[in-house]
Amino acid sequence: MSVYKPSAAQETGTSRRRAALLAGCAATVLFTVAACGSGGGTASTTTKDGFAQAPQKDGALTVWVDATRMDAAKQYQQLHPGVKMNIVSYDGNANGSNYLQTKVQLFNRTGKGWPDVVFSSQNNEASWAVDAGFAAPLNKGLIPDATLGGFAKGANDVCTVDGTLYCLRNDLSQAVLWYNAPLMKKFGYTVPTTWEEYQKLGEKVAKEHPGYLVGDAGDSFTPEIYLWASKCGANDITGPKSVSVNTTSEACTKMAKLLDVLIKNKSMSISGVFSTDFAKNEADKVLLMPGPAWFGGAVFKDGLKTPAKQIAVAPIPQWKGETSPSTGNVGGGTWLLSKHSAHIKAATDFLKWVTTDDAYQGEKAPGFPAYAPAAENWLKAQAASGYFAGDLTALKDASSQVWSGWGSGQFSQEAIWAATVKPGMTQGKTIESLLPAWQDSIVKYAKSNGYKVSQ
Amino acid sequence: MTVAHSSAGSVRGRPRGTSRESRAGVAFVAGYVLLLIAFGVLPTCYAIYFAFTNAGGAFTGFTNFVTTAQDFRFIDSLGHVALYLVFWLLSLVVFVVVLALLLHRLSSGPVSQALRFLYYIPGALAGAASVLVWLFMLDPTVSPVSSLLETLGFHTFGEVIAPGNLALLFTIIAFWTGAGGWIVVMYGALNNIPKDVMEAARIDGANGWQTAWRVQIPMLRKWIVYMVILAFAGGAQLFVEPQLLSLASTGVAGRDYSLNQLTYDFAFQMNNINGAAAVSVELLVISMSVAGVFVARSGFFDAD
Repeated sequence: MSVYKPSAAQETGTSRRRAALLAGCAATVLFTVAACGSGGGTASTTTKDGFAQAPQKDGALTVWVDATRMDAAKQYQQLHPGVKMNIVSYDGNANGSNYLQTKVQLFNRTGKGWPDVVFSSQNNEASWAVDAGFAAPLNKGLIPDATLGGFAKGANDVCTVDGTLYCLRNDLSQAVLWYNAPLMKKFGYTVPTTWEEYQKLGEKVAKEHPGYLVGDAGDSFTPEIYLWASKCGANDITGPKSVSVNTTSEACTKMAKLLDVLIKNKSMSISGVFSTDFAKNEADKVLLMPGPAWFGGAVFKDGLKTPAKQIAVAPIPQWKGETSPSTGNVGGGTWLLSKHSAHIKAATDFLKWVTTDDAYQGEKAPGFPAYAPAAENWLKAQAASGYFAGDLTALKDASSQVWSGWGSGQFSQEAIWAATVKPGMTQGKTIESLLPAWQDSIVKYAKSNGYKVSQ
Repeated sequence: MTVAHSSAGSVRGRPRGTSRESRAGVAFVAGYVLLLIAFGVLPTCYAIYFAFTNAGGAFTGFTNFVTTAQDFRFIDSLGHVALYLVFWLLSLVVFVVVLALLLHRLSSGPVSQALRFLYYIPGALAGAASVLVWLFMLDPTVSPVSSLLETLGFHTFGEVIAPGNLALLFTIIAFWTGAGGWIVVMYGALNNIPKDVMEAARIDGANGWQTAWRVQIPMLRKWIVYMVILAFAGGAQLFVEPQLLSLASTGVAGRDYSLNQLTYDFAFQMNNINGAAAVSVELLVISMSVAGVFVARSGFFDAD
């Protein structure tokens, strides 16, 4: 906040002082130009595995992780005592903080400092990390095809730019329908399988058990849960720098209308599951809740403190007449390997271990692993933990049902929804009436990020 | 906000001392000037260099200024900052002067001391910390003044931080954080008004209101101008408040509410450091022009 503050008042001195300042400025500009001119890398690089690799050196492997993934890095260190590691904790780019991107831009300027391997909780890292020359291609020799083939179908789509893979998905965030099994039984309701049934149930709940909820539409990832599942073409990334945006098609409006009905009769909250008012007033009122795989642990178990043996999982509803559900995808972390790494072998080993090894992904990871064999074991471990009511097969089924018409662009869909649609909803406007404004905003942000937009 | 207070003394005209004294003066100022050059002037020059070049370092004239001004968020954030500045400067001038006058009337009893201390406390909190305090204050579910918020018709955090309320909210936060320090400064300035002037006013039959309006406020003029110049420069760079509110509300408050946030976005979201520099140079030019106008119109550097 105080970058230029003193100078604004100070630089209004005498003309002699002004002249001195000008001279100083001129000298600095000359100095800067000279400094820029003499820069430039001279180190010899070897082209291997599809990119020019920096000279390889001994030394510690630098890994950046968020607080949740700290356990993974520590576990690797324990199992591989021979590997020198420098584990750095950062915010994991949570809430789109852009920390990683900010730092990489600075490292690119100074020519050093890049981490060897980095975890991010955002899905759209590849979209900028490739442009920034940070992410190394992984399917050109670094990671064997056999390993890559083990990831769930479409899991690494967010990491693929122009057919080349630039990151590995940590966990999947396929949306499912979470529900409170004993409460549903008590009220005598059955779990809806179509969106039409879901809406009817919401209307019934509003009449028979006012205050209870069939869902929440107050978070910035609301469009990823509902509109993505409805195959709304708001965010179809059709090329590295092109996107198709259509928020007013029937696929979008019918879901918007459904949400509007349920918000109006108050069977759907607009607080947001992480807001203080939701935790305080509505924690024990959740009957149903469409949401991603990580809702089980992060929202119900840790956030709302729902007791064990209550929360169960069902497939996300589908529209009547469709053959199988399509689901959205709300986050899911990614791992990137730096092109600038001087420890590529060690970095690749770590990357492979952390995304595929059962020791972490199968047993300890909090989210649904993107690597299918690890996911099998993870599901077994979750079932054995005794928290959930019923089995978790719906999660596994949903992992391959993510609709591919919604991409991960460089601009944040969540930020756009939060700034454009959420305030209108708070004022009582319908989502349907806000769809054109949403479209307008997406188009503007996409264009300003250099995307070619078709509508 | 408090950085420049200490330098204010050097601005006021003083009779020339001996050459030994003036050498001591130079020595005292030298440290400040060095730091000012290293962390104020040089970075500013670097930003100006960036603003007129492209990523490759080639001179581009005003291209960066044109490109950033054409960004769809530019006019909006300019408007936001302008509105905020109107609220912030008005409230600062009116309330700080009124509170300082009241404080001065209480003379120097223990009440006055206690009040001065109280006014100053919020200023002692770092910018980000005081915003965090306000995030709690503004959330009806956890706020200690939730009943007041409920009475005003706010039931959720989302309703409080509706886009239309933001300029006012940032003003309240900034006032709470920054005004206390200024009240103490104004109080000091009021104490500097010679006793015989005040006494003359009293003998001439001026009541409290007339003394304040015709004697004290005119004699505070330079301090008020000084406060407005610094508050304008600080306010035009609004960043911490909207940025933290944006994170706390997961984006509802917008990541590009103010020009400085937009600058940050250009630099690190869109990898356009040169565009970011162009916007910050614009901010510098605006702040310096406003300071120039105020200084010229108020006779700021006239000797007492």
